[in-house]
Amino acid sequence: MGFVRAFLRNPGGPIGLVLLAAVVAVALLAPLLAPVDPWEMVGAPFEPPLSPDLPLGSDTMGRDIASGLAHGARVSLAIGLSSTLAALLVGVVIGATAGWFGGLTDAVLMRVAELFQTIPGFILAVLLVATLGPSLSHEILAIAAISWPPLARLTRGEFLRLRNRDFVRAAACQGERPAALVLRHILPNALAPLIVTGALTVATAILIESALSFLGLGDPNLMSWGYMVGAARTVIRQAWWMSVFPGAAILVTVLAINLVGEALNDALNPRLARGSRA
Amino acid sequence: MSEPVLSITDLSVSLPAGADRAQAVSGVSLTVAANEIVCLVGESGSGKSMIAHTILGLLPPGVAVAGGAVTLCGRDVAAASEAELRAIRGRDAAMIFQEPLSALNPLKRAGEQIAEAIRVQAPATPRAVVAARVGALIEAVGLPDPARIRDSFPFALSGGQRQRVMIAIAMANNPALLVADEPTTALDVTTQAQILALIRRLQGERRMGVLLITHDFGVVAEVADRVVVMRDGRVVEQGSAEAVLTAPRDPYTRALVAAVPHAGRRPARAAPAARPPLLEIETLSKTFTLRQGWFRPPRQVVAADALSLTLAPGETVAVVGESGSGKSTLGQMILRLAEPDSGRIIFDGQDLLALRGEALRAERRRIQIVFQDPFAALNPRQRVGDAIARGPMAYGAPKDRAMAEARALLDRVGLKAGAADRFPHEFSGGQRQRICIARALALKPRILVADEAVSALDVSVQARVLDLLAELRAEYNLAMLFITHDLRIAARIADRVAVMQRGRIVEAGPAETLFAAPAHAYTRGLIAAIPGRRLFGGLGEAPVPEALTA
Repeated sequence: MGFVRAFLRNPGGPIGLVLLAAVVAVALLAPLLAPVDPWEMVGAPFEPPLSPDLPLGSDTMGRDIASGLAHGARVSLAIGLSSTLAALLVGVVIGATAGWFGGLTDAVLMRVAELFQTIPGFILAVLLVATLGPSLSHEILAIAAISWPPLARLTRGEFLRLRNRDFVRAAACQGERPAALVLRHILPNALAPLIVTGALTVATAILIESALSFLGLGDPNLMSWGYMVGAARTVIRQAWWMSVFPGAAILVTVLAINLVGEALNDALNPRLARGSRA
Repeated sequence: MSEPVLSITDLSVSLPAGADRAQAVSGVSLTVAANEIVCLVGESGSGKSMIAHTILGLLPPGVAVAGGAVTLCGRDVAAASEAELRAIRGRDAAMIFQEPLSALNPLKRAGEQIAEAIRVQAPATPRAVVAARVGALIEAVGLPDPARIRDSFPFALSGGQRQRVMIAIAMANNPALLVADEPTTALDVTTQAQILALIRRLQGERRMGVLLITHDFGVVAEVADRVVVMRDGRVVEQGSAEAVLTAPRDPYTRALVAAVPHAGRRPARAAPAARPPLLEIETLSKTFTLRQGWFRPPRQVVAADALSLTLAPGETVAVVGESGSGKSTLGQMILRLAEPDSGRIIFDGQDLLALRGEALRAERRRIQIVFQDPFAALNPRQRVGDAIARGPMAYGAPKDRAMAEARALLDRVGLKAGAADRFPHEFSGGQRQRICIARALALKPRILVADEAVSALDVSVQARVLDLLAELRAEYNLAMLFITHDLRIAARIADRVAVMQRGRIVEAGPAETLFAAPAHAYTRGLIAAIPGRRLFGGLGEAPVPEALTA
């Protein structure tokens, strides 16, 4: 398989994949690895790492940090994935509409995208969550709302590039209807850059979610990495482990997704792939 | 002429592991003496460009000289260091490329680029001397209005002018050897003739050796003193141009020479009986408006200026013209891929331009197109069988039957069973063009528009695809509109020829009379510029072939 080989050629690809698989495994197995509710007080507060029953120590309220990390992985990945899917849905539909119809439709849709892009993304997300109230679905909505414009622009660019290609024109001459032209001929050829950008959007979404939770705007019922760092920031000089471990978890997850995204880019970019084969 | 300028002995160039063969070039020996033009001929993938790149030490990464010697002016290039190579390039040997636009720096004026070539070899040259030499070079390559050319950016020059600037850069340091890699392939036929004449003249004046790489035996016949024919990295034949062209010994060379299209070997074909036209184009006009920045008025390009043309059932009309003549736009307007500003296109009694939506889609199946670039015309993510079957399926054919027909068509155009389940990238250019033809025929059209359909193919492949088109034309009773820049191809396949220039048809008539006695000056110019015309004959001076008089 040429794709697998191209993916593995970039050393970051396998490393990122292993790290990401570890994070996903922890998220999936969280109820088994840490059966106790992460909000439950299980020991004395301020226990350092490697204490009995508390491998990563406890926080200011005596909650298990390892348990928090495991359950936080679920939240981070769930929000990262679902907000990216929502952003992709909106972005691809809007970008495809703008690129296919062009003219006035294109101008109006792109001005709307610009409107979203001129407002600083994070401020808008904070504003949305603060107004709507902190909950999982509102966080997803807010992150999707600030992530779709680049995806829409990318889709539009790909559509403009492909719309007048010979094979699309040939299909039109063959009598294919516009929906078939878009779904069968243009979209499959626009997918590669969208997959890569989608992967990188997941990483950004996780960062935004962490930042929102850090500011106390996360879902109050869910233990998340950002919340853990935020809650521990006042005692960082007395108890480093409370902020360092969740911080490192964010770092590793985002890094892993970026590495995978980069390797995907190398594998899916036909020009690079062709150059290495010639 | 004792010491050759360039001598290549037993050269082998290895390709990286995983390439389609181990060596791009194996055991090639050739020489170029001062004051002669040697043509290196071969089809794509024959390794001819690799030899050019080896001479100047420009091999791509992963490709390396595996054996043999390349001696340029008494020095071994294959063993030269990067610093030595820099001294060789430009002074001992210079190179010109196929696409002058991508070989020139788009952000520098032509004069600066020529001056730079002089300064690279002699950095201390005073400014005034450089300027004088630049002026002399621009004049030597026959560019009009040297002062304007010197201050022009490459985009403002025509293709021929750009190639002349490239040649001026190559000539800047009086190289002993000029390597020209397909220097005229991207140019129009009249420009090609001028550039070939220029290379010929400079070579004579400067007593240079020239290694000219080409796929076109017409070009060979025009300029070559000696010819080296390559195939799959090996030399199959070399000798004087006279001998190779008129009495080729190797069967491959014979096939290549025979494949050069010309009117003399035109297949016999009874002229279709006069019938009411299937397609009537009446006073079709189209003007493109190009914006050129904020402060300059938009430029108007006339692609069609009151064009009128008819096509009878079963008839083949070739539309011939140089780039920018509007011939491709005409084809696109017939297929409604471009909208004309005014005029009418009557197909089988109804006005195509009045059709919209479903009515247009229903009529579309009866006019199909084959595009020039077989690599761009197939969806890379669609299986070949699906690509062909989609047309009939869009008009309601059941999937099984459409796929069965697609397989039968693939077989008909000469592809192996199993082709239907493969993706386009698994096929060569010629095979892809056969797939495109099958795709067009799947809808049983009345008219096939072939837009430069064989121009991107190697000459032997070109001949076979043309034969296939001629067979299918008879089988399906197709009317064909054959758009091409190559008069040799037009002469070979067309019943009637229309010559286009700047959006107008300047001359139209039956192929044999038009080529035998062209009436318009532009047509005469085009015919005179056909490379290798004297050798291959047929066009413009030969009598009407007997096959046509019957």
